[in-house]
Amino acid sequence: MAVPRAKTSKARTHRRQSINMKLTAPTLVACGNCGNPVLMHRVCPKCGFYRGRQVFAPENNG
Amino acid sequence: MNHKIGYNKLNRVSAHRKALIKNMMTVLFKHERIVTTKAKAIEVRRNAEKLITRAKEDTVHNRRLVERKIRDEAILAKLFKDIAPRFKERTGGYTRILKIGFRKQDAADMVVLELVDYKLDTEKKAKKGDKPAKAEKPAAEKKPVAKKAAEAKKPAAEKKVAEAKKPAPEKKAKAPAKPKAEPKAE
Ligand SMILES: [Zn+2]
Repeated sequence: MAVPRAKTSKARTHRRQSINMKLTAPTLVACGNCGNPVLMHRVCPKCGFYRGRQVFAPENNG
Repeated sequence: MNHKIGYNKLNRVSAHRKALIKNMMTVLFKHERIVTTKAKAIEVRRNAEKLITRAKEDTVHNRRLVERKIRDEAILAKLFKDIAPRFKERTGGYTRILKIGFRKQDAADMVVLELVDYKLDTEKKAKKGDKPAKAEKPAAEKKPVAKKAAEAKKPAAEKKVAEAKKPAPEKKAKAPAKPKAEPKAE
C-alpha cells in the first residue's frame, strides 16, 4: 500500500490552502445621488436612492 | 413532460410554503410595499402578479379564484377596486424588486418588493431641493439610466403634490417593518 514518505509541513499545507483563501474586494461604484460608494444594482444605504428615485428615507446617523 | 418548470421551495413543505406566500401576498396588497429576502420576494412576486392580472376583470369567477389566495375580505376588495384598476394599461410587471443590501444577522440578501406605482411618503416635502440635483448626476454617468431616471423624477414630482393632500403617509412607510417579522417567524 502506498504511504506518504514524509509528514506534510505546515508551510506546504498553508501554501496549498492559500490558493482558496484569497478574498476579493467587492466592486463599488459611486452613488448617483450622494457619491457614497455602493454595490452595483443596490439601493444606496446612505441616502436611500436608486436610479434617481428615493426608495427609503436616509438614516439619520449618516 | 414537466421539465425545467421549477420554483423555489424555500426549504418548506408545501402547506407551509403556500401559507407563507398567501400571507406575504396579503401583506403586499395591504401595504403595497414589503421588505423581505430576495428568494421570498421572487416567489411572492410570481404569485401576486397572477392575482393582479386576474383581478383586472371583476367577475364572480375571478373573485372566487383570487379569494382562495387572499382570505381577507377588505384586502380582496382593495385588490379588485383599487389596485387592479390602477394597472389597467399595464400588461404584467406590476411589481418591482429593489435590492437594499445584506441583513446583518444572517447576511441574507434583502430587497424591497413594491407595486410599481408605490409612492414613498415620508419626508418628501423636505427633500424637494435634493431631487433636481440627483437628476443631473445620474444623467451624466450613463445615458440610458439618465432617461429612465428623468422619467421617474417627473412622476415623483407629481406624487409630492398628491401626498400633500393625503396626510396619512407616515403610517404606510413604517408599517412594512411588521410584515417582515411575520414571514421570518414562520
Ligand atoms: Zn447615495
